[in-house]
Amino acid sequence: MNNLGDFVVIIVLLMNLMMLSSSRIRTCIRIVAGQGILIGCMPLLNDFHLILPGMVISASLSIILKGFVFPWLLFRAVQEANIKKEVEPVGGYPLSLLIGVMIFALSFWLSTRLVYTKPLVSHLAAPVSFATFFTGAFIIVSRMKAITQVIGYLLLENGIYLFGAAFLSEQSLLVELAILLDIFVAVFVMGIAIFHISREFDHIDTQKLSELKDSIISKQDI
Amino acid sequence: MQIVFYSLTILIVSGLLALCLNRFFKPANFIGALGAISGCIVGLISLFIVYNNPASAVLTIPWTVPYGSLSLAMDNLGILFLFLIFIVSALSALYGMESLRCYSGKKNIGSLWLFFNLLIASMVFIVLARNAILFLLAWEMMAISSFFLVVFAGEKKAVAKAGLIYLIATHIGTLFLLVMFGLLGNSSGSFDFSSWKIAPSGFMPSIIFLCALIGFGTKSGFMPMHIWLPETYPAAPNNVAAVLSGVMSKTGIYGLIRILTFLGMPCSWWGYLLIAMGIISGILGILFALAQHDLKRLLAYSSIENIGIISIGMGVGILGMSTHNPVLMVLGFSGSLLHVINHAFFKALLFLGAGAVLDKTQTMEMDVLGGLFKKMPITGISFLIGAAAICGLPPLNGFISEFLIYLAAFKGILGAGSIVFVSLGIIAALALIGAVAVACFTKVFGIIFLGQPRSVLSLEARDPGILMRISMLILAFCCFFIGLAAPFMVNGFAVIIAEVSGTQMMIEYTLAEVIQPLRYIVSGSLLLYGFILLLVFIRWLLLRGRRIESALTWDCGYAKPSPKMQYTASSFAQPIVNFFKGILRTKKHASKINEYFPDSFGFKTETADLFSEKVFNPMLKSVHDLTEKLTWVQHGQLQIYILYILFTLLALFIWKL
Repeated sequence: MNNLGDFVVIIVLLMNLMMLSSSRIRTCIRIVAGQGILIGCMPLLNDFHLILPGMVISASLSIILKGFVFPWLLFRAVQEANIKKEVEPVGGYPLSLLIGVMIFALSFWLSTRLVYTKPLVSHLAAPVSFATFFTGAFIIVSRMKAITQVIGYLLLENGIYLFGAAFLSEQSLLVELAILLDIFVAVFVMGIAIFHISREFDHIDTQKLSELKDSIISKQDI
Repeated sequence: MQIVFYSLTILIVSGLLALCLNRFFKPANFIGALGAISGCIVGLISLFIVYNNPASAVLTIPWTVPYGSLSLAMDNLGILFLFLIFIVSALSALYGMESLRCYSGKKNIGSLWLFFNLLIASMVFIVLARNAILFLLAWEMMAISSFFLVVFAGEKKAVAKAGLIYLIATHIGTLFLLVMFGLLGNSSGSFDFSSWKIAPSGFMPSIIFLCALIGFGTKSGFMPMHIWLPETYPAAPNNVAAVLSGVMSKTGIYGLIRILTFLGMPCSWWGYLLIAMGIISGILGILFALAQHDLKRLLAYSSIENIGIISIGMGVGILGMSTHNPVLMVLGFSGSLLHVINHAFFKALLFLGAGAVLDKTQTMEMDVLGGLFKKMPITGISFLIGAAAICGLPPLNGFISEFLIYLAAFKGILGAGSIVFVSLGIIAALALIGAVAVACFTKVFGIIFLGQPRSVLSLEARDPGILMRISMLILAFCCFFIGLAAPFMVNGFAVIIAEVSGTQMMIEYTLAEVIQPLRYIVSGSLLLYGFILLLVFIRWLLLRGRRIESALTWDCGYAKPSPKMQYTASSFAQPIVNFFKGILRTKKHASKINEYFPDSFGFKTETADLFSEKVFNPMLKSVHDLTEKLTWVQHGQLQIYILYILFTLLALFIWKL
């Protein structure tokens, strides 16, 4: 347990709440990027003798990707697709914040039921990583635009990374690297897809995509 | 045994080749049909070899599929069914080579031949398979390839609907088979048939039997599970319908008999259940057949009737097994097996005959046909033979198998207890079925082939080409031949019945007793043939040197008789249909006459399927209504779907932590 770890984890938690309350897409991208850098540093906050060279490489890779490459791709998508600056939440910001707090409470409760076999970077790491994960999922569900779903996806990934980093085992970092690669491809593809959707349909509202669904079979067909 | 693989290879390769040549109609048609025929001939050769050298009948090849093993075997029961599959399929292919020419330029004939050959191959695999996984694979193959054959003319709405009904029905059947094989495998720890010889104890055999009855019964068309049949057979191309009805439905019977061999001593109520289902299928099947106007639909209902007769025979056999009554067992099983053979031949013949009529007149509506006997004599004669055989009239094959079941029932009356009443029921039911069958096929033959043409459609009809005629004539000859060769064939059943019942219990002795009356019947048949020949000779003698001209029959002095005044299909069947109107629920549509001199008047009867209307449609409707209340779950909003995933994840998380 060290105080620096606690400090970083608490900042990550506050960033989640900030994310839920911010109305601008650019701010959201910046928040998720900053969170990515902070979480990327997590494995390096351990005792010096525990740090392996592999961990440094994977951490720096994730910092570069999440802190710089993804934001750049997303900013570019925002710019090229002429996305309006608002986030468009379903329930409104106060409700989002309230749910964010509830998510944190739930995560705390969940983490008390975990059995730890190893000392953690911070005793807050597990609940905050759950909270980040669920906040990401909540953002995917509650925001209308396709680009905010990418951001939610990134937040979700941050949560997974934090969990792995907190437990500090090399295997989990390997898994993490694989996930990172997935996310990279996903952001890349979604960036392109968003651009094309907006060019074809003049909007990237996922609700309107539901018009593409199968029509419900009418009674006469039976 | 390996030779059977050559046959399967020929079938599959020629099918694929036909598919590759899809763009060229004639070569594709030729290669597909030739492959099917030669594959079947090679298969018949392999049957002959295995029959003479039973040691070569088993083949096991390791297979990487979990729980599966490529173990194949050919016993006498299998040889009987394979024989039918090869002969009927080969003749249908020969017929199809010519009859399918009507699709030239309209359809991808290559796909039809691919699925036709795959259907034959999968049926062969079903009979050979000695492993549950392999069996189910082949079963599913058969279901899918036959589905594609049924929807071959899928641009018509009725055909597409028939295909859908068939697909659903066959998969419901497969579901029960899965359960059945699961139970069998679970109680023995292996999915190989060879390890199932020990009978499972308790009420397990009964559950397995019920699953088999529903699963295989759906494929065969036992009465409550038959609803796909009257839709599917009319939709399929003619030669395909012959294979579907002639042999594919028999794979269900095969499966049922095969499963019986694993269940040890059967309970007597299985026999009673089979007899009851057989009686219901037989009586209702033939009654609904009588009320139809579409020839192929009528034949489909008559298939249900014949499956009913087969089922009665099997029920009697099982009853004999469970009550240790060898006479009942031998008579029941041999009657039902012989009827399987007979039905394969005469139903295929009738479907091919119907196909020839359809090919030349473009309609299956009986009321617009008529007088075809003069125009297509070969088709007419072979159809007549098939119709006489299916009614169970004496000199032909149908009589022998029904006679065996009658004989079983009469022997049963001499027994004691409930068997007496059941036997009385069987005799009454068979008598009713036979009588209505005669009425039904008199109607078919009379309306279509006799009288005057009712429309221009039947004016220009003529006999089809040589290939179609040959395949029909061969099948007609088979009906004759079995009628005469029955004593020898029934003798051959001794081995099969011993295989099925697992005992030698006086089988030879009982069969010898049965064969004696059969010999009398055959001599009687020969006398009858002689008498018929004599009549033909006398007719020739009388007509010699006289002029033959056609004239009107006496028409009660009516001034302007027209072909429309003949008996129609509805009017011919009306007395019997009226008598059973409580069951048939025939709807009559007549236009009202308001004036004294009306220009036109229309009258139509329509008989919908009882079980479709009263059982399945209401059931499906209630399921539909129920599921419609859940459509709010499927709203198509991405976010909410993700929410579902999230909640599931959360619930699992909370549950596991």
